[in-house]
Amino acid sequence: MQKCGVFRVKAPDDGALWVPAKDNKSTTNRVGKAATMKRIVSTLALGAALGFGATAALAQAPSTLRNIQNKGFVQCGVTQGLAGFSMPDSAGNWTGLDVDLCRAIAAAIFNDPTKVRFSPLSAKDRFTALQSGEVDLLSRNTTWTLQRDTSLGLNFAGINYYDGQGFMVRKSLNVKSARELSGASVCVQTGTTTELNVADFFRANNLKYEPVVFASADETIKAYDSGRCDVFTTDASGLYAERVKLAKPDDHVVLPEIISKEPLGPVVRHGDDQWLDVVKWVHFAMITAEELNITKANLDQMLQSTNPEVRRVLGVEGNGGEALGLTKDWVVRIVRHVGNYAEIFDRNVGPSTRLGISRGLNALWTKGGLQYAPPIR
Amino acid sequence: MTTSFTRSDLLLPLPPPASLVGPWGWARANLFSSPLQALLTLVGGYVAVMLLWTFVDFTIIRAVWTGADRDACLDDKVGRSVGACWPFVWAKFGQFMYGFYPADERWRVNLTYGVAIALLVPLLIPSVPQKPLNAILFFGAFPILAFNLLYGGSIINPWLSVGGWLAILGGLALVAGYLMSRVEGPPNVVFLQWGGAAIAVGILLLLLVRTGLFAAPALPVIETRQWGGLLVTLVVATTGIVAALPIGVALALGRRSKMPIIRLLSVAVIELVRGVPLITVLFFATYMLPLFLERSPDAMVRVLVGVSIFSGAYMAETIRGGLQAIPKGQFEGAMALGLNYPRMMSLIVMPQALKLVIPGIVNAFIGLFKDTTLVSIVAIFDLLGGIRAGFTDPQWASPVTLYTGFAFAGIIYFAFCYFMSRYSIFVENRLNTGRRR
Repeated sequence: MQKCGVFRVKAPDDGALWVPAKDNKSTTNRVGKAATMKRIVSTLALGAALGFGATAALAQAPSTLRNIQNKGFVQCGVTQGLAGFSMPDSAGNWTGLDVDLCRAIAAAIFNDPTKVRFSPLSAKDRFTALQSGEVDLLSRNTTWTLQRDTSLGLNFAGINYYDGQGFMVRKSLNVKSARELSGASVCVQTGTTTELNVADFFRANNLKYEPVVFASADETIKAYDSGRCDVFTTDASGLYAERVKLAKPDDHVVLPEIISKEPLGPVVRHGDDQWLDVVKWVHFAMITAEELNITKANLDQMLQSTNPEVRRVLGVEGNGGEALGLTKDWVVRIVRHVGNYAEIFDRNVGPSTRLGISRGLNALWTKGGLQYAPPIR
Repeated sequence: MTTSFTRSDLLLPLPPPASLVGPWGWARANLFSSPLQALLTLVGGYVAVMLLWTFVDFTIIRAVWTGADRDACLDDKVGRSVGACWPFVWAKFGQFMYGFYPADERWRVNLTYGVAIALLVPLLIPSVPQKPLNAILFFGAFPILAFNLLYGGSIINPWLSVGGWLAILGGLALVAGYLMSRVEGPPNVVFLQWGGAAIAVGILLLLLVRTGLFAAPALPVIETRQWGGLLVTLVVATTGIVAALPIGVALALGRRSKMPIIRLLSVAVIELVRGVPLITVLFFATYMLPLFLERSPDAMVRVLVGVSIFSGAYMAETIRGGLQAIPKGQFEGAMALGLNYPRMMSLIVMPQALKLVIPGIVNAFIGLFKDTTLVSIVAIFDLLGGIRAGFTDPQWASPVTLYTGFAFAGIIYFAFCYFMSRYSIFVENRLNTGRRR
């Protein structure tokens, strides 16, 4: 690293927030008032970063994990309603894949999956809410992109759902592939990456199309249903959720092409590596549990297992959990209260639910999917 | 010889022609008085009947009333074209009304509504006696009681805190009165004694709260984050409406004041708040304020403060309009009677000014009631937010779910707004004896 030209945040008692770094060791953690001040600066910078791609300076906040343990609950940012991912059910309980990740984190910390509170956030407010500390993590089907990971000052802690953008058309059109859609009118929600992906796809394939844009998802699907356009497009998981809203869902078919990568995952703030580790490894623990076939049902038998890997993961041997700042039995807590990845997938979006999404890319790596966890040891 | 006849009494008037009386006559006079009128009547009548028919057809005639899930509301399964899917609303009713408020504790919300109605209805009917007592109960005691019930926690502490702060404020006012009496003539020592006593009592009450003697929660605490649905809509709208009038009167008087600093501050507040959208105010209060404060107040409190200031600033301009309509003679007459400024304003000017702007005030209230739905952008589910979240439930996703939800929201909003509008007309007519045409 070079000695000068690197700018670092210093404590405000120096009289200046921005000074050239003297050496590489000047980034010692500072907590307390300085951190609060820096969070103000970083959040204000967030606005600029959104517009100009400038790198926001982010500093060490007080330990999020200790903060959560003191207040007694995890504050989790979720969507304002997305079937299968985060949605209040009729009894007023939050359910979904993203919600279960939050519950798993609460279970790992408190041994109680109910010690979590949910903030329903809109797409545009989600990052501000995370930056300002209103939520401890964002588990809100957020796509991992370079810009969000860097200039927004966020860290993605993993990918709990591999999504991609797809198309839905009427069966009566007899279209078998998205490449046959030349000249089609496409219903799409405005202001999303979806809209940009469609433009890319049609331009790359030299196809003509007519975009019909709407402000909200509800309007978009209504317009498609009423025949305003030939094609409806959104993330593949959303296609299934929206299809059940159609008058005759069976008359519509989802085309095989997936035209974009949408890796969705939990997000935390820059600057607290311990909390990032906790969120990341809770996700990995659920995948590892599925790999080792540890389920809610057979957990007690598994605790008696002689398999060294199972014993290590469940904390019978070793102290992986303590290194995270949690307890030895953290994986036991997660599986007992929430389940492994396969269980939460099947419960929320799997084939037996109304969404009926197959594992696809989200199958374990051993079964042809992408879900892969580093070893817990 | 001729005989002449003279009528000794008047000829009885003939009955009016059939075309001028009865329903036909009324229709001719009012609906078909000219070809243009006849055309407008026919077109307007057609549109009105079509709209009404569409609404009744969708919400009642073709509606589905019972069912367990979306299958009950699908054309294919029912075998006819389905209108409103009411079982969706029944299934989500608790969610729409109370949000995430725990089901076992919802009686507290209902009891709050009951007390509110019991206090508000007599306040709204002019012939019911005991208005001052009623007003003190509704505006003074009810908010604390509502806090007790809705939020839970200690029953006694909120009363002690409010009582303590009021005593301290009252005491400070008395001490100020003593200081002023010293300037004018012989010092009024009674003021000082009572003021000191009140401050001491206030501090004592606040210390009592601090000791935690009464901190034991009588009802389980329900975080405001769990509030939702119509409850949030009503809490935000009621707070905004009740707070708007005093804030508005103060700012309007401040803006017309002769004291330059007060005038400048009032103008600054009004113009600053009116110059930004409500969404911005809510967004800043929710996400930016915590960055500047070590311990930020509850999210709902921040929203309530934001909405109150916002509605107050708009109300100030409405009231200023009323003040400007009062002729100079009224002020001069009041002064000639020897009234000081507070009396002149409260006895002569304000009653006339407020009466003039009742339509404007109610207009602002109705607007505010519907604006409360903006709180859904700051992670609070109000009535509309709850309904929108309900649309995503795949158990109920059907082609008519969306329309049903919005129809339900429309009916509720209309009921409240129509009531406010009718009541304002009633008050206007009652007070408008001098100008009625």
